[in-house]
Amino acid sequence: MRFGAWVGVVPFALYVLVFLGLPLYMVIHGALTTDAGHFTFSNFKATFDSPAYRSAFKNSVILSVWTSLVGAVFGVWLAAAVVAGRPGGMLRRIVSSASGVFAYFAGVPLAFAWVATLGAEGVVTVLLKDIGINLYAGSFTISSLLGVGLAYVYFQVPLMVILITPAVEGLRPQWQEAALGLGATKLRYLRHVAVPVLAPSVIGATLILFGNAFSAYATALALVGSTLNIVPAQIDDAINGNVLVNADRLGLALGVEMIIVIVVVMVCYWLVQQRARRWLQ
Amino acid sequence: MAALVKAAKAEGTLNVIALPNNWANYGAEISTFAHMYGIKVNSEDPSDSSAQEIEAVKSSAGRSSAPDVVDVGQAFADAGVSLFAPYKVQTWNDIPAAQKDPNGTWYNDYGGYVSFGCNLSIVKACPTTWAQLQSPQYKHDVALNGSPVSANAALSAVWAAALNNGGSLGNIKPGITFFKKLQSIGNFNSTDCNAASLIEAGQCPLVINWDYLNVAGAWGLPSSTKWKVVDPDGDSYAAFYDQAISKNAPHPAAARLWEEFLYSTQGQNIWLEGYARPAELQAMVAAGTVNKAAYAKLPAVAHVAAAFPTPAQATAAGSVVSSDWTS
Repeated sequence: MRFGAWVGVVPFALYVLVFLGLPLYMVIHGALTTDAGHFTFSNFKATFDSPAYRSAFKNSVILSVWTSLVGAVFGVWLAAAVVAGRPGGMLRRIVSSASGVFAYFAGVPLAFAWVATLGAEGVVTVLLKDIGINLYAGSFTISSLLGVGLAYVYFQVPLMVILITPAVEGLRPQWQEAALGLGATKLRYLRHVAVPVLAPSVIGATLILFGNAFSAYATALALVGSTLNIVPAQIDDAINGNVLVNADRLGLALGVEMIIVIVVVMVCYWLVQQRARRWLQ
Repeated sequence: MAALVKAAKAEGTLNVIALPNNWANYGAEISTFAHMYGIKVNSEDPSDSSAQEIEAVKSSAGRSSAPDVVDVGQAFADAGVSLFAPYKVQTWNDIPAAQKDPNGTWYNDYGGYVSFGCNLSIVKACPTTWAQLQSPQYKHDVALNGSPVSANAALSAVWAAALNNGGSLGNIKPGITFFKKLQSIGNFNSTDCNAASLIEAGQCPLVINWDYLNVAGAWGLPSSTKWKVVDPDGDSYAAFYDQAISKNAPHPAAARLWEEFLYSTQGQNIWLEGYARPAELQAMVAAGTVNKAAYAKLPAVAHVAAAFPTPAQATAAGSVVSSDWTS
């Protein structure tokens, strides 16, 4: 009986090994060796020495942090508002389905929708120009880090709603009634009951949002191209570009560094989830 | 030649890579060749870059789907010499000496000049000099085809700017300074203008790109678009791509026949019809075999480019741009 259970896992394990394990091995092996096959740290040293790569990491981290924070705040707010409604009601169902769709509305469709609405000749830009507001009067442009970040928020908020709704639902209304019955104000209830219960889940979900934004590339690529100095763009330039010759190992080293960042984020998420599990039982 | 044609027909197939149909009229080259010799042409991965072509040659060695021939940028031809088989086409002497490897491992095929492409519905007047790009009427307008750190067309735009702002083939820094200045006065548009849809959406009013890629036909713009291409005055920057035959080509005879076709008068003129300047252009003009109508349609060039960057200069420029061009 127990052997039979393991057999079911084999196809999936094989799939993960071939499509995740093998590429992972090749990236790490390529980053740690020279073209001749000798072990070396020179690829990593080159990425730390180059000011362009250092600022790429800085930009990626800044972009991921603020888009995940904005996504977290608005996502929790939206989830709380929706959960307060009737379970099974129209609002709850629409928001859940819509979040499921919009969390994955990224990449080229999002970039083009962004260009079509807020681009230099976009529908909204022209409408605003007609009523006297010129979005492009200053230095704002949708192909800057700010513009790309705003596009990221479009999928960060729905993703947060998806991730946090179970935790918000787990906040039983009886706790609020009990607290108010014992003489607490709404604010004290929030501070002593709701926030401590929700905090681990919110932190965990924000970490997922961070990882999501950090590794996103299709949206930035479609909107700006590799002019935007973020790490995935630098990897693309090094491996696929028409200018840098023999820089593919540098790209692999950058890839390994990205993997390390995501692994750290995932470990923190796992630790936080262990805490969150206690309350949801 | 007859023996080569026979051997190529016996092989029956040719694998090419990274040749989009609307890039220098490659669509016509492929279909004409296939028709003429009855050889099936597998055109793989049209949107691949030079780096990806070299990677494909290396990683698919020994397989029947490996590329037979490549069309790569100069830097990659220089770096990948060990992957190529030397071959001199029949019209070898018509290729200028500076535009081929003396051993025959690579040879220039076609090239163009850095040009300005203007969407006249947004940009009222197309600039004719580099200095005019700094004028306030081009706010948010000046865009490149890709990033100079990864796209040859964009790197060449920076180099051309350098030549016209006190730089040289060995010094690309003034070009970077020029574009940084454009960015600070708000004229630079950091959209990656690599698709006609972006031009039609108004995101790319002024694109600096190779002239053979900048013409409306190459973009695939509808005829209603008011689009103009200008090769700017001042020092011009031109670059050529290179043909090479893979050492481990699965179809060696077909590969060599393809090269003979590309360097025949017919093949060279097909490139010319795509607004690209073929390597044997000067020889064909002298011999009167050039397609005069197509030749007349090329954007006028102020100064014919005399010199090209050496491999060392190309590598140096790539690393300077890679470290200095940050957003």
